Amino acid sequence: MKTSAWKTMYWLVKREFWEHRGGFFWAPIITGGVFLLLNIMGIIAAEVIGAQHGINFGASGGLRHVIAEMDTGDLSKVGFALDMAMYSAMGLLIVVLGFVVFFYCLSALYDDRRDRSILFWKSLPISDTSTVLSKIISATMLAPIVAVVTGIIVGMLQLLILAVTLSFHGVNVWQLLVLAHPFRVMANLIGYIPLYVLWALPSVGWLLLCSAWARNKPFLWAVALPVATGLLVSWFGIMGLFDLPTIWFWKNIVQRGLFSVFPGTGSVFGHQGDIAVTGNQGMDFMDLGNTYQLLASANLWIGVAVGLGLLAGAIWFRRWRDDS
Amino acid sequence: MSAVITASGLTKRYKSALALDNVSFQIAPGRIVGLIGPNGAGKTTALKAILGLTDFTGDLNVLGFDPRKQRGKLMGDVCFIADVAVLPRWIRVHEVVDFVANVHPRFDRAKCEAFLARTKLTPNQRVRQMSKGMIVQLHLALVMAIDAKLLILDEPTLGLDILYRKQFYQHLLEDYFDENKTIIVTTHQVEEVEHILTDLMFIRDGKIVLDADMDAVGDRFIEVMVGADKADTARALKPLDERQVFGKSIFLFDGANRAALEQLGETRRPSISDLFVATMKGTYA
Repeated sequence: MKTSAWKTMYWLVKREFWEHRGGFFWAPIITGGVFLLLNIMGIIAAEVIGAQHGINFGASGGLRHVIAEMDTGDLSKVGFALDMAMYSAMGLLIVVLGFVVFFYCLSALYDDRRDRSILFWKSLPISDTSTVLSKIISATMLAPIVAVVTGIIVGMLQLLILAVTLSFHGVNVWQLLVLAHPFRVMANLIGYIPLYVLWALPSVGWLLLCSAWARNKPFLWAVALPVATGLLVSWFGIMGLFDLPTIWFWKNIVQRGLFSVFPGTGSVFGHQGDIAVTGNQGMDFMDLGNTYQLLASANLWIGVAVGLGLLAGAIWFRRWRDDS
Repeated sequence: MSAVITASGLTKRYKSALALDNVSFQIAPGRIVGLIGPNGAGKTTALKAILGLTDFTGDLNVLGFDPRKQRGKLMGDVCFIADVAVLPRWIRVHEVVDFVANVHPRFDRAKCEAFLARTKLTPNQRVRQMSKGMIVQLHLALVMAIDAKLLILDEPTLGLDILYRKQFYQHLLEDYFDENKTIIVTTHQVEEVEHILTDLMFIRDGKIVLDADMDAVGDRFIEVMVGADKADTARALKPLDERQVFGKSIFLFDGANRAALEQLGETRRPSISDLFVATMKGTYA
């Protein structure tokens, strides 16, 4: 029986999923559940308060008239608002995903050295490169895919809850729902993942390197090293030598190295302000045509190159560090 | 048949100490080699060098591979159990079997399941819920189902009760070992392996101080029990070691004339533990 490289990789990633089911699977599910619960509670609270004050905006048919009288421009705004409702579910999940990926990378090549199970993993015919690669795939693809799928399902449920609530007020929901673009939203979210992989690479590389190298407390090393360097740089004004402000170091080294695992930071900090978020009427800010303009920034590609270098270092340390 | 392991001039220096000091040896296929030494003698370092887990200077050839450069390939033919507690604590029995079955080309799943059926382990059990003995049963079931050429055991029975220890070596001999396989084992429980070893290596302060097969050990080392009247004669023959039991002296000789010793008293083959103690005298002094 020959085991192919693809099959080995599949099982390595599956292994990561088994070990980190809590972070990769349950964290987004629970976050999504909490998000929906909060929404439902908010709606109930609004209904109760509305009833107490005798406000019932559906009964007079006012809202229905508003919808009936909307022109195409207004309708596209409604569609945009509904799309935003779908994205909003994703917002919370993205923050959670960022934390999950950050701490996953820090522990990925450290925990098994600490509990000595590295001696078991290393007794199998798997190269250290494959091992590290499987951890990169788990961090930058598996975790985001689970989060996005959860986000889409939660977003759909969110729309449904809104629709059902409105239908209690005599508003025809399906007429509104067709204004939303759930498939475009899905495509945008899924399509963002490859960009995330590229953008997160320097962070993932740095965290995995610390994880593979530190003999103890990888978190402390990963955070303290860049921050301490940043403080020294600020203190002595070293950046002045390169004609750059001190803030440059904090922004491009410290922040980029540590926080690029948080999805969306690329779109927020990535460009130097010359690519405005297109304010086109009802234009989707998550539109791939918009987000992928990041590919044109040097920041992204320098990050990719640095990230690959850091990952090569992580592989080297993984090869020679043992349980001692 | 060519040697499974050929080492020459193996040296490994840690910051403060020399763990392996210009060590050379050969291990032939079909042998069970006991690598025995006091704590800190360099046993684990030697095994780690063989497994490509540590860097070193010198030449080392394991199954035709250089463990420093071809570790990935080498591990297809080598298995190891590094003491009892190295299986990841979060993993379940069925998960670890699935995983190894899918990444190891020489793993025989049916065999592994047959071994597991003889234990009390259940598929959904996690390693963290198991006793040390059960973890070893699981690890052994995995390893015995792999058709490897070389099996390395580093203190495999440390901390196990006697039932598990006996069972461990019994399974290894009955269901695993054959003339195409080689086993290297390090242990402090010398009495338990003494009857299964074919070769013996003593290591002390990074040096191999004894490297012989068991027959040669029996020929070379002789223990003789001598009454008080002949003790001085025995001492004159320069014994390796002397100890007192019930008013008689027991002398251990290395390469002495057997006929001469037989006139002094009753001779016998020394146990490995006595031989070990005699050889390692003064290690911790």
